[in-house]
Amino acid sequence: MHINITKYYYGDIPDAGNNNTHESTGHSTTSSWPLWEVFIRSKQGLDHKHAGSLHAADAAMAIENARDVYTRRQEGISIWVVESQYIHASNPDDAEMFYEPASDKVYRHPTFYDLPDEVKHM
Amino acid sequence: MNLKNLYHSFLLHLADSSLIIAQRNGECCAHGPILEQDIAITNITLDLLGQSRNFYQYAAQRLNEANGSSETEDTLAYHRGERDFKNFLLCELPNGDWAQTITRQFLFSCFQQLLFEKLSKSNDEHLAAIANKSLKEIQYHVKWSSEWVIRLGDGTEESHERMKKAIDYLWPYTGEMFMPATYDIINLEDLKSIWLNKVEAVLQEATLSVPANTFMHSGGKSGVHTEHLGFLLAEMQYLQRTYPGAEW
Repeated sequence: MHINITKYYYGDIPDAGNNNTHESTGHSTTSSWPLWEVFIRSKQGLDHKHAGSLHAADAAMAIENARDVYTRRQEGISIWVVESQYIHASNPDDAEMFYEPASDKVYRHPTFYDLPDEVKHM
Repeated sequence: MNLKNLYHSFLLHLADSSLIIAQRNGECCAHGPILEQDIAITNITLDLLGQSRNFYQYAAQRLNEANGSSETEDTLAYHRGERDFKNFLLCELPNGDWAQTITRQFLFSCFQQLLFEKLSKSNDEHLAAIANKSLKEIQYHVKWSSEWVIRLGDGTEESHERMKKAIDYLWPYTGEMFMPATYDIINLEDLKSIWLNKVEAVLQEATLSVPANTFMHSGGKSGVHTEHLGFLLAEMQYLQRTYPGAEW
């Protein structure tokens, strides 16, 4: 069975009785705006951390949307956005060869020597 | 309510304009064009609601000191009738489509920015402090709404048409912002040309233009409103009118 769903956007809902199978093309849909990844720095000196993703038409709008969505409770003082399509991710299928070989190499952790007391934040 | 003191009327005018446009924008909550912009417009709504609370609280304090009354921000917002509201007509106009909603915000925010810059230098420290706090918010409202005007005006054929329709509809309500009421304390004539330059520059970038020689509506500042305000107040005030003092 084919179900035809017409999506109406704010302000575009037609008058009663006129609700035929009108295709609401020509309106921008969420899916036509690219996805952006948002990174927020919570305070000076800390790294930007991945906060989530959102839709926006361009970079300027993505930063403003990020400001409205992710910093309204004082979560940040700086925002980075990058279009999700430009993020290259490792393949989950590679997990075994990528990550497991490190599990038995304890000598890579700096735990085999004593740190002088003067060295802090290690 | 004794409003012989014109300054009280001026404070209520400021409060009412912020409250009524906040109530209008609030109607977009969960109806924005996309999730992210839904949050943006409701953030702006809360900024405006915050402004109106500051003005109402201050107006209540001044009124009570002068008249020995017991007004609060709530009685001023919920227990006054349509003819007592002094907001600009522009603020009460319906949301229409997204073009109309953001254009109304744009025209209003550009004005608010200029007015509040003047108010922030007022001798009344309390008023100046409210204006100062609000200015940072308004700066963002101007930026956000200007970008939408440009995006839609200089967008597709359909978005351009919708922007044209929105401006034609809203423009006749902008003149009122510069028509002095008895209680105005700022020389509005000074603001008019700065506002017009600012608005025209954005419209030009949006490939839009200012309608020529339009009749300008007025009356909101003295309590004579469009047919839209009564409905807005009926919805906004219903609960407090039916159950006065109700809390939750």
